[in-house]
This record gives sequence, C-alpha cells and structure tokens, in this order.
Amino acid sequence: MTTGTSRRERFLFTAYALVVLGILFLPLVTVTLASFSRKRYFSFPIRRYTLDWYDKAFQSLTIAELVRTSLTIAAIVTLICVVVGFFGALAYARYPWRRRKLYQKFILLPIFFPQSVLGLSLLLWFNFLGIIPTWKTAIVAHLVWVAPVATLIMAIQAYGFDRSLEEAARDMGANGWQVLREVTLPLIMPGVISAGLFSFLLSWGNFPLSLFTTGADLTLPEWLYAKMVSGYSPLVPAVGTLTVLGVAVLVAVGVSFVWLIRRRGWKG
Amino acid sequence: MYEDLRRTGILCSLPLLILLAVVFVAPLLVILGFSFMPSKSFSLLHLPTATNFVTLVGAGYYKSLLWSLGLSLAAVVVLLVICYPLAFAMAKVFGPFTNVITVLVVLTLFVPDNIRLFGWVLVLMKGGLISGGLRALFGIEMDSLLYTVPSIVFGLVYVYFPFMLFPLVLGISMVPDELRDAASDLGASRFTIMREIDVPLAMPGILVGGMLTFVLSAGAMAESKLLGGQKVIVMADEIETAFTYGQNWPLGSALSVILIGLIGVAAVFVLKRIDLDQILGKT
Repeated sequence: MTTGTSRRERFLFTAYALVVLGILFLPLVTVTLASFSRKRYFSFPIRRYTLDWYDKAFQSLTIAELVRTSLTIAAIVTLICVVVGFFGALAYARYPWRRRKLYQKFILLPIFFPQSVLGLSLLLWFNFLGIIPTWKTAIVAHLVWVAPVATLIMAIQAYGFDRSLEEAARDMGANGWQVLREVTLPLIMPGVISAGLFSFLLSWGNFPLSLFTTGADLTLPEWLYAKMVSGYSPLVPAVGTLTVLGVAVLVAVGVSFVWLIRRRGWKG
Repeated sequence: MYEDLRRTGILCSLPLLILLAVVFVAPLLVILGFSFMPSKSFSLLHLPTATNFVTLVGAGYYKSLLWSLGLSLAAVVVLLVICYPLAFAMAKVFGPFTNVITVLVVLTLFVPDNIRLFGWVLVLMKGGLISGGLRALFGIEMDSLLYTVPSIVFGLVYVYFPFMLFPLVLGISMVPDELRDAASDLGASRFTIMREIDVPLAMPGILVGGMLTFVLSAGAMAESKLLGGQKVIVMADEIETAFTYGQNWPLGSALSVILIGLIGVAAVFVLKRIDLDQILGKT
C-alpha cells in the first residue's frame, strides 16, 4: 500500500474494477442468454426457453468440421510458437549480444500491424509462391502474430530468473544441453505454459488472419462472422456460448497449473 | 565465456528471425511490389508504375483514412481515461486481487472478437437487452443504440481494452513507491503526484498502450461493420473491398502500403523512446 490509500479510496477503486469487469462480461452473458431463447431472433425479455440450439449445434456436421479445422490449426501453431518462442525469449531477455535492442523492437512490430493487412499480404505472398491457400496456410498466417506474443510472454519469465544458477550448473560440468534441460527450462516453465495457452487460444479465436488465408476451408470464427453479417443462423449464440465455456475451462486449468508449478517447482 | 554467451544469444534468436523473415517481411515486400503494378494485374512481372497512388488520391480514399485515424484517436483517448484508474489500482493498490482481474480480462481476450461484438449487438439493438429491458420494466420505448459513430468507438474501446490496460499496469508498476511517498511527505497533493511523478515515470507504458491501441484500431474492420452497420467505411474495409469485390490487387496493395506506412511511422516514433528491458524486466 502506498501513499495514503485510504479505506474509502480502496473501496472506490474496487467498485470501479467490478463495474469495468461487469461491462467486459456483459456481452458474453447476453450471448449465453440468447442461446437459450426459443425464438429464431433474439429479443429481450425472453419468453420461452429451449436447449434445442445446443442439440442442433452438437449434431451439426458443419460445426464439427469447423471445430476440427480450428483445433488442428491452433494445436500446430501452439507447438511451433512455443518452441521457436522459447529460444526467441532467451535471446530477448538474457544473452548480451550486440543487436539485441534492435531485435527486441523488431519482434514487437508484427503485433502492431493490422492483422487484416497482414493476412492480405500473406495471400499475395502465397500467390507469388504458387501456393493455393487452405487451412494449412492459415497456420503460417497465425504464426506472424502469435509467435511474437508467445516470445514476449516467455521473455517476461526469462527476465525474472537468476543467471548464476545456469553458471553454477556449467561450472559443475553440465554441458549446454543439460543446462537447458535441467536448469533453464524448469525455471521458465510457468512462462512456457502461459505462452502455450495464449498461442492456442489466440490462434483458435483468430479471425482477421484466417479470413484471407484459409482459401476454401473455414475456421469457426470465420463461420460465425459470415453468419452474423449475412444469413443469420440461430446456432450462432449457442456455438458462441460453447466457445466461451471452452475458453474458460482451459484458462482455469492453465492458471491452476501455473500456480502449482510456482508453488511446488517443476518436477517437484 | 562472454563471447560464448553472445554466440548463444545470436543462435537463439535465429529461428524466430527466420520465421518472421518468411511470414512477415517477405509478404510486406510483396505487397509493396504489388502497389506499383498496373491496375488489376495479378502478377509482379509488369513494369512498375505509380498510377495506383495517383488514382488513390483522386478517388477520395482520404475520407476513409481520416475516419480510421479519427475513430482510432477517439478510442485511444477514451481508453486512456477508462484504463488509467484501473491500471493504477492494479499496480499500486489491489495486491493479490490484481491477479484475479488480470485472469478475467485475459479470458475475454481469448473469446473471438466476433462473438463479443455480436454480444454487444444483442445488448444494444432495438428489442435487445437494454431497450427490451427498459420497455418491460418501465414501459420506455427507445430506439436501437447501434449504427452510430459513437457505437463504433465503443466497439473499438471494448475490443482493445486489454491492449491499453496491461501496458499501463506495467508502466505504473515502474514508478517507485519511495518517490511517491517522499513527494507526499513534502506536501504534494494527489493530483500533483500524479502529474509530476506517476505520469512521467509511467510514460513508456502509456506510450506503448496508446500506440498499440491506436494502431490496432486503425486497422480494425469488424467494429464498424457489426456495430456501425457500414455507416462509416474505414480504411481496412476499403482494402478488403479492393481485394475481393474490386479484384484490384494493386489498388488494395497501394491502400495497404499507405496504412502500413502510417503505422510504421507511429511504431518507430514510440519504439525509439522506450527501453523494453526496463518495462518487461520489472515484473
């Protein structure tokens, strides 16, 4: 607690935080409400409730296919981003090399670029290379944005650790690979898990990068957008709610995992 | 030993640098190349020409550009005002409660923007949560709150909220408590402390947050489409139209190059003024 934060101020700050959080979650709550409404088009207050839309969503082959595509893309993106980002983060935060400051800023650049433009430029690039866009090219597209984010998250973790631990291991005769596996990786583990979680979910939910790069294939966010803009489907709220639920479960699992590692240590 | 660490650093950076060269730098070069190709061509094998940029100036695209920039600027200002008190509380007041807020905010970030904006459509539309609720409770009839310029700004503020909040929290965390206490002991008011100490020392975070949200808003499209109902045509919209309906890649590329150029200038301006080790290393 700093400079005289009185009880009243604390209360005001807390109230403000709760209001902001309430507004952040209001649209998600509304989508959930709409998913239980029997009417094809949502109107409030809801008169009759139903679970039919969930039934239909689970039975729909289209949606199963969309989910499968989105999950596959997200899984591969996560794998690549965590591996590449892990080394990228070490270079970012730890080793004293000459061009490091420049490197740090360059890594940030893709995050600042509008994703729709990045997606379009990738489309031109694939065209130039003679590659026909499918869901596989969307993986490449997602990497542009997700890899830097994953790197940053692991870099923040890498800043926090004591370099002398690695030096000690090296002095005691561990080779480079052993130091990496036995010392560096366990220490950065919470960051690796967070980065994996971020990569997976950011890829899963991404729309602007997928839009131009999936060709004839569709991801779930693309389908949702198409149905919102034209040809509304009453399955949209149900699918949206399920997505929110899935995200919440994954985040809860991830957070408790990181918390456990922080308390017990990796392999502890 | 030192030489050894340097080599390891360069080695570690290579995979990421190669990846970004292939998926980030190369595509941008291709789009730059296309912007100088003759109108409606689909390959890079023509003689370069500047006609696209000439057409562009004549065709009134500056309106979309101004809309994009104006909307983004409005979103950034609103975001600063909304996020600052919360970020301050998260950095200096809340303690463990900060982690709870962080997780909850991050959670919303993972829900596809489309779903969240669709939720707002359901809240704001005629017969939606607000207007339907008011009618049922008080019998007040009101119109849809959608399809106006403020509703677009609202959408931008909502979607990019975390991108302002977290940099601000990092920035304000960098302000040393001793300095604030000392100023307070010497008789500085709360407002003076904020103006003379908090804001200047948190400036790197403020700059990053401001630039990040500005740039993301400038390239945004879904907000104006879903909440604005195409009342305003923004830059990203024009670019998409040129590529899809227009089938004019060079024109779309030229529009993209202008947007990218503006963003590049903003990015360099901010990145020159901050030290990333200082911001990220603190946490």
